[in-house]
Amino acid sequence: MCQVDENYHDDLDPAEMLNVSKKCIKCKEASAAVVIRVGDTYCRGCFKEYFIHKFRAMLGKNRIIFPGEKVLLAVSGGPSSCSMLSQVQEGLSQTAHRKLRFLPGIVHIDEGGAVGHSMEERQKALAELQTVFKATGFPFYFVPLEKVLDLPSSVVATATAPSEHPASAYKSAVNDFIHIDSSSCSTPLDQEETSIPEVQESHTQFLQQLIVSVKTLTARQDLLNTLRQHLLVDTARTKGYSKLMLGDNCTRLAVKLLTSVSLGRGAQLAQDTGFSDSRYGDIISVRPMRDFSTKEIAYYNHIFSVPSVFIPGLDTKTTNKASIQHLTESFVTKLQTDFPSTVSTIYRTSEKLQTACRSSSTADCCDRCLLCMCSLDTAPENASAFQATLISEQLSQNTFLGASRSTKIIPRQNQDPLESEIAAPTGQCCSSGGEEGCGSAENYEVCYSSAHRPQTADVKSFLCYSCQLTIKDMSSLEHLPQYVLSEAWRRHSRSQMREEISEFLLDDGDEGD
Amino acid sequence: MYVLLNAVRCISDIFLFLGGAELLFNGVKEHHVTLPSQSEPWDMKQLLVWIQQNLLKERPELFVQGDSVRPGILVLINDADWELMGELDYQLQEQDNVVFISTLHGG
Repeated sequence: MCQVDENYHDDLDPAEMLNVSKKCIKCKEASAAVVIRVGDTYCRGCFKEYFIHKFRAMLGKNRIIFPGEKVLLAVSGGPSSCSMLSQVQEGLSQTAHRKLRFLPGIVHIDEGGAVGHSMEERQKALAELQTVFKATGFPFYFVPLEKVLDLPSSVVATATAPSEHPASAYKSAVNDFIHIDSSSCSTPLDQEETSIPEVQESHTQFLQQLIVSVKTLTARQDLLNTLRQHLLVDTARTKGYSKLMLGDNCTRLAVKLLTSVSLGRGAQLAQDTGFSDSRYGDIISVRPMRDFSTKEIAYYNHIFSVPSVFIPGLDTKTTNKASIQHLTESFVTKLQTDFPSTVSTIYRTSEKLQTACRSSSTADCCDRCLLCMCSLDTAPENASAFQATLISEQLSQNTFLGASRSTKIIPRQNQDPLESEIAAPTGQCCSSGGEEGCGSAENYEVCYSSAHRPQTADVKSFLCYSCQLTIKDMSSLEHLPQYVLSEAWRRHSRSQMREEISEFLLDDGDEGD
Repeated sequence: MYVLLNAVRCISDIFLFLGGAELLFNGVKEHHVTLPSQSEPWDMKQLLVWIQQNLLKERPELFVQGDSVRPGILVLINDADWELMGELDYQLQEQDNVVFISTLHGG
């Protein structure tokens, strides 16, 4: 690596520094404007060509988006997603060399409520985005993050299995599309008039309570990511889109990879950073920007004036050590300045990752994390480090009784602290994690006798290791959105029922829905 | 004692701060600036110090680190990568257009 660094500086010898004397490595004529990677200098024209080609190649190579398919672009307003939007627009234009053939729509999640922006600030940002979106001619939707409170629990429930397309299906789909479409215009996009949605004050307050109840910025960002993802998937479902395009670029993914490792999401790395992500079953997320570095995107956006809207987030103007995500980012970018191949090295690693499929065929909803929807990595294995952590946690809880009470759902209707204590009597059930919800007999009785309303359920046992850590940073679980709680309750009662009838079951494996 | 002729000059420049970097400058993205005269030509190193003293409103550690800009902030001089121009040693000319773009998450 040091060698690379030295060469890099030798290249820029002082005689060349004074003016732009370096030539583009591609056309070897025009003077260079951009340095990508180590010493690769491009002129404007070649850079544009290279950028556009890379985007189309990414989509063409992966063959995940079928012609004529409806694809929802998640645009935050940041440089990366706005660049993605402009690339899609470019690719759909009549003059494009290798035309994209899907039907795009745009969604923007307004997180102002969670970050604590005033209504005016939010309206202003949305108005700016609206002009950007209108210019594209695609249909667009603004969804406030507050809407996460009204999500149906089906978002985190079992997803229907992704329909497997054989390799030949893509080709025939392309042919069909060309036949149907050869005469008519291929982008019949009538833009609906989308207004900026109204947000109820009470919802914003509730959302803010949720965010404030999380004590660390790391967990806040993690939770916000999860909620945003749920909302995106739900919007795609309700609006009839089958693919979701995310604007993650390779620098972000490199940061995400290292962050995920530090957050205990090692088992989910492949899904979190891969090109496509099918954890939601019917909605597949793709990351077409994952070959671009932030530098390339920033240059492209600036030079070819791609509009983007800056909206401050949770981590704006925070110190480096404010959260694990932020610290990792500054670590990676700092390393990148001295060793320009840092990001690509990390990124190439992420490409090679695969999850060892642990009985994926039997993985029903109960084997998936309630928040991140990845398969659970918390199966109790006797010698695992996770088990050791649990045991030591249990031991310390015995001395400080009540410390674990925060992990219980206390229903919102139930305000009396005494009553909720009765509903959550022991506080140490279910610590074995895994597939059963409530193990102990007394607990089961209490839960069961408390009739139909969700009273208590151990949310934790339905989460993967990393989401458990996030939840641990919350002061109380009652602020979680209703759909998460009700789904937790549903799973909880299902596992109870399974236990109840377990004596009568012949085979443990094949009881279905 | 002697005075160098012609070495004393004013340089007017345009600075743009984008991608969230503008937040550290009171939210103002575009700055038209006339740098004070000095005997030697202005280079980027001096410019960064000058920006820090005159334009930057808060949290200097989020904009500069050591002599240079914070990693993750891109610099373009007249729409070209500053790596091509000699980075900190680039000598500013009249009417130069310098752009700072933050590529960091959250600006």
